[in-house]
Amino acid sequence: MTLSTFKSILFSVLFLAISTNGFASENSDPENDKEFEPKEMILHHVKDAYGMHIIDISGHPISIPLPVILYTDNGLTTFMSSEFHHDYNGEVIVEKNGQKFVNVHEKVYVLNEGETQVTYDEEHHPTNAKRPLDFSITRNVFMMMVSVIVLILLFTTTARRYKKSENNVPTGIAGFIEPLVVFVRDEIGKPMIGEHKYKRYMPYLLTIFFFIWINNVFGLIPILNGANLSGNIAFTCTLAVFTFIITTISGNKNYWKHIFWMPGVPVPMKIFLMPIEIIGMFVKPISLMIRLFANITAGHVIILALMSLIFVFKSVAIAPVSVAFSLFITVIEIIVTAIQAYIFTILSALYFGMATEEEHH
Amino acid sequence: MTITGIAAIGAGLAAIGAGLGIGKIGGSAMEAMARQPEMHGKIQSSALILAAFVEAVALFGVVVAFLQG
Repeated sequence: MTLSTFKSILFSVLFLAISTNGFASENSDPENDKEFEPKEMILHHVKDAYGMHIIDISGHPISIPLPVILYTDNGLTTFMSSEFHHDYNGEVIVEKNGQKFVNVHEKVYVLNEGETQVTYDEEHHPTNAKRPLDFSITRNVFMMMVSVIVLILLFTTTARRYKKSENNVPTGIAGFIEPLVVFVRDEIGKPMIGEHKYKRYMPYLLTIFFFIWINNVFGLIPILNGANLSGNIAFTCTLAVFTFIITTISGNKNYWKHIFWMPGVPVPMKIFLMPIEIIGMFVKPISLMIRLFANITAGHVIILALMSLIFVFKSVAIAPVSVAFSLFITVIEIIVTAIQAYIFTILSALYFGMATEEEHH
Repeated sequence: MTITGIAAIGAGLAAIGAGLGIGKIGGSAMEAMARQPEMHGKIQSSALILAAFVEAVALFGVVVAFLQG
């Protein structure tokens, strides 16, 4: 493929991406006189949901149904999210297993016995319904499974390529993966953890690097709109907790000494520094969590807000500006996907390096 | 002024802080790279890490604004 055909394909894909972004965010059709609410639309896209909403065609939502798995007082109850008929205002009642379920703002509630309708308090929380234990395959869980399958395919193919090749020359997809693995090893693992100890942490570093990256990239594919997995605080929290556990477990004597009894400073200072260092131990994973969450969510919100401008001003004249800006932001977001994966990995490696650093004089 | 308005002002202030901080890091990194082009890679990666630290503090502000707004 020559460079110019590659360029034209890249730009067509980018423009297609943007146009579907706009199409997907359209929810004001002529029959529906409801005022277009950008805030509601954006929050709905950024949050998790039970079904995978793809597109609205003349007011008709089209979505992939996903299983809702609940553990209630009557035991395990499962049904498909399509039974809610795209309702998330608690109007459609699904009867299963002798219980009534409603979907209130993408949270399934089970109605109390004898109730036929949801009632709300002033803050719009249901008063006569409670949350069952929810193990549903929501769209975030679904996208995570997809990304896991893609990663497994990618890396088993790479491994097979090496097995086949004569002298370990990377061919095909391995030619794409090898530089990235070498980058994580030489630019992240070795300088941050140290020549001797980095090998133990490489599997974890490589896993989070590729996992975060592929999920960031999936979040930008507009037709899977709302696959905002790495912009979900529970997801980033889990990854940060892994980093925290590994740091704490691999902490050596020197690390704990620096936390509880800082060497080289007078005793009053040691006592003063101890609580600060203990707080710092927890702030590190928390900042990892919030950084990834806020960066990715902010990217999604900006793109969608630029798209909503067209519908807010209700004019075609604003569309070129809006499209141009979202093209610009989308290009930046493509860079951000890689940078955020890199930052998360390098900071994890930095913390592991701090935990395993030997005393030096 | 509503609490949402105040939250928006807070988010704006956080953005000013992060802008100043990252701008300073970026400027110094560029200067250092111009002086010592052979250290390009090392300076770039440490500049990115430092920018991430500055950004984290600003994002705390943004998240608080989100929760309030």
